[in-house]
Amino acid sequence: MTTATLAPARAEDSRIGLSGTLRHVGALTRRNLMRIKADPESMFDAVLMPVIFTVLFVYVFGGAMAGDQDTYKQYLVPGLLGQTGLTLAMAVGTGLNSDFQTGVMDRFRTLPIGRASVLLSKIAAETLRGLLSFAILIGFAMCIGFEVKTGPLEVLATIGLALVFGMSIVWISMLLGMALRSAQAVQGVAMLVLMPMQFGSSIFAPTQTMPGWLQSFTKVNPLSALADASRALLNGQGAVAHPVMIVLIWSAAVTAVFAPLAVARFRKRT
Amino acid sequence: MTRIATAPNDRGAAVGNAVEVRGIVKHYGTTKALDGVDLTVKEGTVLGVLGPNGAGKTTLVRVLSTLIKPDAGTAVVGGYDVLRQPKQLRRTIGLTGQYASVDELLSGYENLYLIGRLLDLPRREARARATELLERFSLTEAAKRTAKTYSGGMRRRLDLAASMIGRPRVLYLDEPTTGLDPRTRNEVWDEVQRMVAEGTTVLLTTQYMEEAEQLANELTVIDRGKVIANGLVSDLKAKVGGQTLQVRPARPADLPEMARCLRENGVSTATYSADTGLLAVPITGEEQLTAVIGVLGGRGFAIAGIDTKVPSLDEVFLAITGKPVADAEPVPSLAKEPVA
Repeated sequence: MTTATLAPARAEDSRIGLSGTLRHVGALTRRNLMRIKADPESMFDAVLMPVIFTVLFVYVFGGAMAGDQDTYKQYLVPGLLGQTGLTLAMAVGTGLNSDFQTGVMDRFRTLPIGRASVLLSKIAAETLRGLLSFAILIGFAMCIGFEVKTGPLEVLATIGLALVFGMSIVWISMLLGMALRSAQAVQGVAMLVLMPMQFGSSIFAPTQTMPGWLQSFTKVNPLSALADASRALLNGQGAVAHPVMIVLIWSAAVTAVFAPLAVARFRKRT
Repeated sequence: MTRIATAPNDRGAAVGNAVEVRGIVKHYGTTKALDGVDLTVKEGTVLGVLGPNGAGKTTLVRVLSTLIKPDAGTAVVGGYDVLRQPKQLRRTIGLTGQYASVDELLSGYENLYLIGRLLDLPRREARARATELLERFSLTEAAKRTAKTYSGGMRRRLDLAASMIGRPRVLYLDEPTTGLDPRTRNEVWDEVQRMVAEGTTVLLTTQYMEEAEQLANELTVIDRGKVIANGLVSDLKAKVGGQTLQVRPARPADLPEMARCLRENGVSTATYSADTGLLAVPITGEEQLTAVIGVLGGRGFAIAGIDTKVPSLDEVFLAITGKPVADAEPVPSLAKEPVA
């Protein structure tokens, strides 16, 4: 055995630094967006779902629920904004899962990049998708007669709140993405969790007519608070501070519990 | 472990080791995927790691590319320790594997550009490097198509190009031609030989003796996570018998007589199988081949056909261990590798 071992070419230290991390996150975000270009169907959830939900609920149930469709539009659309953030957050887990499955993650892991870059770029891409989705939802709703009764600042605050809540759900989504075997399984489980969360809330209908046991669920469901906060912000009616506080507390709590779990799991796998 | 020959350091003491692996152990549950592997790759050479499915070849590559941590032992690549200096180590290696893959939804160009940026090349340089490598690997025409539309051979070439972006000093090729047709396989071999000519050190895993013979200077044979032989390819070949000449006599009844005749003349040992109707003669070189043909022809045996073949993995194992390849114990496949 020879003892003359190849001398390291560069004696630089192993830290990547902020500019390096930003560059890596930028390159990976670009990758996530390029993937959408190659697979436009993956944008259905961001582009079509808000439109479909709005049309379906306003015209099918609107009259029956609120007496007339215009009243129901004002009720439903703010709530849908919150739901949109949630749906997109779930896509982070699906994407992460398929990166692990296809071996792309292995390629990234053999490169000298910080492992957080992969996660951050997923979040960045989903945020962009989310912004597009919000714009489509509000734009479409306004076309069919939805009115923002307050101002642009309140619209931004509503979107911001939906994003903050969505970001906290991203950690759960990532955890699912790493724990489950396939992207389909992640989607399945996400649906299973999302459906009762969405419908067992004040997004689609006022909760007063629901049975007591369901009301106690809708009361603690953060999506109810998010819908109430959005309605208050966009319609200029009702208390704003209280539901906003509840959403922020929920977001902080979910993040506090699931972010460390997701990060630990990610570190273990990478 | 059989030491076939002490590999002489033919380039003198100035040549260092690009890869040094000592006593690497890796368990998956109760299965020992790697059971104390030692190996060395000298700078600028190609080491072939030969072994059947489940021998631990891919696990070894994954340890050496920092994808998994070994349970025991040390591994140093390009002067960097896999456990203590993973980030620096990643700058010195390239990996083309069965598992580390390109992004199917990106075009060939975008895949290479992305990796360039992740390796901290400035934008312009990343663009230039991607274009250059696409050209080199004959993918320029397909540069803008998504990788999922590529044929198997194009995919493998893109994989190779991806691992070359950072001009790695050490390249791991994990079964680079498994599943490729012979023509595409030759293309990949040509590329690998070009990289080696440019000074890249290569660690190549393979199941094919032929591939090892084509590409490698030295060989390490592993089985069930253990090194069972190592040395120069030429030495191993001499031991295994390089090639096998297969002779099909016009009259199968001649087989025993032909084998006896070759033995008596001291030309070569030969075995035959009445089932296949073939006489198998181990050959080490041209002279011996000529001698065998001469003896058989001189005795007037009618020959219906002849062919030469390189020894199979089975024959290599038989020569080294005296036993054929054991049925591999179920080793957890990497796709289902326990991750938690």
